[in-house]
Amino acid sequence: MSVIEFQLNGTAMAVDIDPDRTLLDVLRGRLGVTSAHFGCGAGECGACHVMVDGRAMTSCDMPMWSVADKDVVTVEGLGTADAPHPLQRAFISEQAMQCGYCVSGILISAAALLKHNLSPTEAEVRTALDRNLCRCGSHNRMVRAVLRAASEMAAS
Amino acid sequence: MSAPSPAPQLPASLAANPRLSSWVTFTGEGRVAISPGKVEIGQGIVTALAQIAADELDVDVGRIEMIRASTAISPNEGVTSGSLSIQQSGRALRHACAEVRQRFLAAASERLGVDAALLNIDDGEISGPGNVRTSYWELAGDVSLDHDATIGAIAKSIAERAVAGHSAQRVDIPDKVFARPRFIHDLALPGLVHGRVLRPDVPGGRLTALDQDATRAIPGLIAIIRDGGFAGVVADSEAAAKAALKTLRKGAHWSAGQPLPDEDDLAGFLKSQPVETTVIDTKAAATTHKPVKTLRRQYTRPYIAHASIAPSCAIAQWTGDRVHVWTHSQGVYLLRADLAIVLKLPAENIVVEHMEGAGCYGHNAADDVALDAALLAKGAGGRPVRVQWSRHDEMSHAPFGAAMAIEIEADLDADDEIVGWRHVIWSNGHAARPGRAAQPALLAASEIENPYPRMISTNPPAANGGGGDRNSVPLYDLPAWAITSHRLLTMPVRTSALRTLGGQGNVFAIESMLDEIATLRGEDPVAFRLRHLRDERAKDIIRTAARRAAWKPEKRAGIGHGVGFARYKNTGAYCAAIAEIEGADDIRVRRLTLAVDVGEVINPDGVINQIEGGAIQATSWVLKERVRFDRTHITSTSWTDYPILRFSEVPAVDVEIIQRPEIEPVGAGEAAHGPVTAAIANAIYDCLGVRVRDLPFTRDKIIAAMELAS
Repeated sequence: MSVIEFQLNGTAMAVDIDPDRTLLDVLRGRLGVTSAHFGCGAGECGACHVMVDGRAMTSCDMPMWSVADKDVVTVEGLGTADAPHPLQRAFISEQAMQCGYCVSGILISAAALLKHNLSPTEAEVRTALDRNLCRCGSHNRMVRAVLRAASEMAAS
Repeated sequence: MSAPSPAPQLPASLAANPRLSSWVTFTGEGRVAISPGKVEIGQGIVTALAQIAADELDVDVGRIEMIRASTAISPNEGVTSGSLSIQQSGRALRHACAEVRQRFLAAASERLGVDAALLNIDDGEISGPGNVRTSYWELAGDVSLDHDATIGAIAKSIAERAVAGHSAQRVDIPDKVFARPRFIHDLALPGLVHGRVLRPDVPGGRLTALDQDATRAIPGLIAIIRDGGFAGVVADSEAAAKAALKTLRKGAHWSAGQPLPDEDDLAGFLKSQPVETTVIDTKAAATTHKPVKTLRRQYTRPYIAHASIAPSCAIAQWTGDRVHVWTHSQGVYLLRADLAIVLKLPAENIVVEHMEGAGCYGHNAADDVALDAALLAKGAGGRPVRVQWSRHDEMSHAPFGAAMAIEIEADLDADDEIVGWRHVIWSNGHAARPGRAAQPALLAASEIENPYPRMISTNPPAANGGGGDRNSVPLYDLPAWAITSHRLLTMPVRTSALRTLGGQGNVFAIESMLDEIATLRGEDPVAFRLRHLRDERAKDIIRTAARRAAWKPEKRAGIGHGVGFARYKNTGAYCAAIAEIEGADDIRVRRLTLAVDVGEVINPDGVINQIEGGAIQATSWVLKERVRFDRTHITSTSWTDYPILRFSEVPAVDVEIIQRPEIEPVGAGEAAHGPVTAAIANAIYDCLGVRVRDLPFTRDKIIAAMELAS
């Protein structure tokens, strides 16, 4: 066990934990933060994406020792119903999902993209989301939602 | 438009569950609770049902709380499958709410001393001449809904509906973008502990010996459960449960599993097994045209995985001899029936409550894991046990959509017109859902100490749309046909319901053969289809898709266009698809243009979402998907080995709805798969001049088809 310090959605955390445990395990278990979902456990589907230092990363295969001193953002940290992130508003406007299990990972991939590129092309959005799997076939709605959020953010 | 007359009989779902209060209750603070027996699986059904209720009751849709299905309280509506929820639950709710409204108007009339015909309801407020007013909530104490529905209630006319027929935002989506727990995977219960089940690496392998000593030393372990060939662990965290399972696996000894077929000769396997044969339909020609030739073609489809993004999950908690199960099953009552058999309990000792999971697309492991949880929770001292399958188990032990071999023989006259048609199917059954037989269908039931035999999949009867034979009877006006279905009596690869059952395979075969004959005749494939259809809705939908896609675009090198059409189950939604592809060895689908007719449309954006999603999922099946196996193992147990379509590979999808508010609504969830499959196949021919008859259309299959053709 060792104490690992990191930022989670802007709050300083210190977790006493086996450093080989995965970030997803700790988020969903110890910390009760459930937006990141388990999908495969092998970093292949993107359902567990969280932002680490501004980049979308799979958390199901990320050991806690590698999170030390990093800045971690989950969907809980993007926005709330009262103060939504433009992406959250856009996903509602575009009704951009069917089941929605993959959505939190996709919101994170999209948020990471928009951090670095405020006016992505459709192709750039698709590339940014290519590590996220969606089984329901809601891809095009999600791409439209990301483009809508981008133009809203650019206009404000 | 004239007002509709009272229904001559109750909708079937309401007749089976007639008590009005089981569907509708007015709760305090201006809320309405609507309790359907159908469940949300990402298809947006609870929103569409809320729209129907809001319309009939004249309340704002925001006042409606949709209650999750539970055997403790909900009407029993069987299973949420087959694109039937709007037909079944929607009709029942529309009628039930109409009667509830009528009963409240009568009570308001009495209280206010105003003729009921002069009263108006606006967002639950009932008012009349002289500024008299009351509300559903004021009257709720006086109006008992503990009455059975009667046939007298009259639902609103089309012109009076204000909510149904318009796009409404889904009620579940805000929770999902703001990460408010809605999935069973995220359910936090006091004292929750975690279970994992030990499953063999090979299908049908049975646990013969289990050394548990090393596992007992794992920190956090609560219990090791063994019941014959079923074994698993319970621990105080997911990480501990996973660690315990890993250790337990090292001490496990297994019998050999069942030998698997040759994945490269599925047709040979399917055609060599013992079968039950059913003649689905025959039609004799009125006049005898002598055929001058017969085209004989074979089409195949592989086993296809449901491959939900979430591994299946359930929670169970025992209190004495009663158990509460949380599940994302499609049928809470049907699951309860199977649990009752295996747990040897009266059904009333079991509550099965629905919580959302990821999209399932048919019968995946949702029901299996519920029994796993109930068995493991026996060792948890009354604490709730959450069990989640691994990705590996989800992709190897859950049921798959059945592989199919389909042979069509078309007799042609001297003008290459069709004079005879024979369609023969070889396939496992397409349904082995729980709760429908004296024998349970759940996986662990075949593993426990006194195991039940593994259920061999059967086919639903033709009246319910059939299974392997679904959509095998042509909707086209051919002069003669014979349709035969062979259902396998062996099942080395576990199969059960996957979206469309046999519909995708049969539509692929029929529409490919028709395209080939049209080409042979030098006739435009759209014109050829229209000439063979009498059903005006069918013709309209094909014409609409063709117009929207500007059929037929000018021929360009490397680009192909193809059309496909079906009416799902021959009784449901009409759908036509036109595919634009580009390709050489690898196929890329660039654009899909679809037209759909579901009769009355409750939520237009919901219908478009379903058709878009179905079209994209079908593209994934068609271009990529195939369950892989060697002679002992399922080998496609990860996303690397079972790839699905990615964002950069998804085609543009354009959908047009033909609205027919005067016609009873049907579901949209499975309408697109068959037409899209056929449209892509026919576009490949248009592009490459080769008929590919074996799914999926991978580079290997296309090269093989080219070699066969040359």
